[in-house]
Amino acid sequence: MDMRTPLGKVRGLGSAKSGTEHFWRVRTTSLALVPLLVFYIVFLIIYAGKPYAEVVGALANPFVATINGLTVIASIIHMRLGMEEIIQDYIHSEITKLVLLILNAFFSLAVGGLCLFAVLKIAFAG
Amino acid sequence: MANVTNNRPLSPHLQIYKFIPTMAMSIVHRITGGALYFGTLLVAAWLIAAASGEGYFNLVNGLFGSIIGQIVLFGYTWAVLHHLLGGLRHIMWDIGYGFEKEFSTMLAKANLVASIALTVVVWAIVLIVR
Repeated sequence: MDMRTPLGKVRGLGSAKSGTEHFWRVRTTSLALVPLLVFYIVFLIIYAGKPYAEVVGALANPFVATINGLTVIASIIHMRLGMEEIIQDYIHSEITKLVLLILNAFFSLAVGGLCLFAVLKIAFAG
Repeated sequence: MANVTNNRPLSPHLQIYKFIPTMAMSIVHRITGGALYFGTLLVAAWLIAAASGEGYFNLVNGLFGSIIGQIVLFGYTWAVLHHLLGGLRHIMWDIGYGFEKEFSTMLAKANLVASIALTVVVWAIVLIVR
């Protein structure tokens, strides 16, 4: 006998209350990061060690700034999810796990926020 | 309440299995992922310095240009490339291809060789362009 409620059936989620979103986001961000990182590496090959004005000028280019921003967003989502998996795999104490998961979220968002602000400031204010 | 999960049998772990290339690259994939997590601080430092002005930018550029900085960046480049290539293998497996023993072992070895080769190529180009 099926004991699930009609709403539960429609949602298709079990007792974990979530489905494959974690897996799906890791994979979609990883796919996005392939071309983004290739661009990033080429950019760094060209501008590594170049003087300040030249680098900032290149970073202010709308195309570069957009790619830069997207790379930051895809990266922080991907790294947060990846670290979540590592924490859940190796940390068995419930309280330590919670603390680390929260720190993971804070760290990812802080790094992402700082990078995005820097990207936008260079793009809009030079 | 008794903790019932304590008495459950454990599945065999790392030390039980023979060490093989796919296993080694799986472990390296996770380690490089963890390293890249903290490596984003390098990118953040560089971007924030570029947004903060010439003085900060030159300071960070100087740190990155030092011997230790260059070694760290070289390692970071390798970690990115290894993790990227490893990710492509995972995508391949996700869509249902490449599970044959010889093929996956070959790809695991290729992952290591290609990541090192690409890192050297990238750095060679950087040093020549500079």
